[in-house]
Amino acid sequence: MQRSKNDVWVGLFVLLGAAALVFLALQSANLLTFSVDKGYPVSAKFDNIGGLKPKAAVKSAGVVVGRVESIGFDDKSFQAKVQLSMDKRFVFPKDSSLKILTSGLLGEQYIGIEAGADSANLAAGDVISTTQSAVVLENLISQFLYSKAADGPSDKSAK
Amino acid sequence: MRFLHPAELGFAVRSKLADLGAGARLLGRLVWSLGAVLRRPALLRDQIHFMGNYSLAIIAVSGVFVGFVMGLQYYYGLQRFGAADSVGMLISLSLVREFGPVLTALLFAGRAGTSLTAEIGLMKAGEQLSAMEMMAVDPVSRILAPRFWGAVIAMPILAAVFSAVGVLGGWVVSVPMIGIDSGAFWSQMQSGVDAWVDVGNGVIKSVVFGFAVSFIALLQGFEAQPTPEGVARATTRTVVVASLTVLALDFVLTAMMFSI
Repeated sequence: MQRSKNDVWVGLFVLLGAAALVFLALQSANLLTFSVDKGYPVSAKFDNIGGLKPKAAVKSAGVVVGRVESIGFDDKSFQAKVQLSMDKRFVFPKDSSLKILTSGLLGEQYIGIEAGADSANLAAGDVISTTQSAVVLENLISQFLYSKAADGPSDKSAK
Repeated sequence: MRFLHPAELGFAVRSKLADLGAGARLLGRLVWSLGAVLRRPALLRDQIHFMGNYSLAIIAVSGVFVGFVMGLQYYYGLQRFGAADSVGMLISLSLVREFGPVLTALLFAGRAGTSLTAEIGLMKAGEQLSAMEMMAVDPVSRILAPRFWGAVIAMPILAAVFSAVGVLGGWVVSVPMIGIDSGAFWSQMQSGVDAWVDVGNGVIKSVVFGFAVSFIALLQGFEAQPTPEGVARATTRTVVVASLTVLALDFVLTAMMFSI
């Protein structure tokens, strides 16, 4: 079959369309990773990660120092297993603690890392044991209601 | 004010009905001629080249600027609620679901639809279509059908390019210019956009729009008065009718796809 110059251009056009579709599909199907500079891996276990998502930021003093690589579930301890990739430029003491925080009222959740006092630093593959779970609104409300119920009668007598 | 005579009204309704019937018949013949088109892929390839490749520039440039503007406007709205991180998700959702297919179809009607109408109209005015019929060549399957299927194939590709370029344009404004976190931009987008529900339905939309725009353009050219004035009118009608049809179809399709 004869090939003309138009064939090449139409082929390129179709290829471009396919590439655009793949880009759209992958960036929504969570397969495309944009991490160019690899950091050192650190893992941690949380009782509850709330709405934390892969690629969420790890911040210290508000500065991004790493990213969440993946989130899994450990069915031995029934905890969430979070793999972090920390920026190579920053080192943290071994006893640093992690906390799941929320940016803004309805914003994205991220991990806050607080430096400890250990002289040894976190290395690749280390596990951070001191973690604090995400705040779950329902738990917060039920705690509030329990404490309210506990001192309910005294409130009534005060009236 | 002159009142319409019942006979005139009846004539007008009858001629409109005849137009509708002729249009439906032409659509049927165009769809039916897919086999004839596939037997002559060179004709189809030239039409995709003419309508697709040459429309790429206007589509890509429009996509980038729509993405830019969305980045700015969504940031303006969302930062009031402290949800500026969701800009990426909103840009991607609105592009993939609405703006990609709809704006591409509108631009396509202006860029390629008008040229289809003018070409077919002038062929008709120059008696070329009648000459082909004299030579026992069916002008619908030889001239109209490759253009129809070429546009149907080119439309979803152009819409996908528009959406992808728009997302990148939105990224340029949100991340380097405004300073939204790049990871939050992509991760919010990935968690908020579904590959099948959102991207897939956007592709279906653009295919439907491709059918609508190319059919309207070809019908207007085919039914044009064979005079310079008639071709001018037909070209104008192509843009008006195709744009309104795309917007109306978009509402129907959105109601069907996303309300369930």
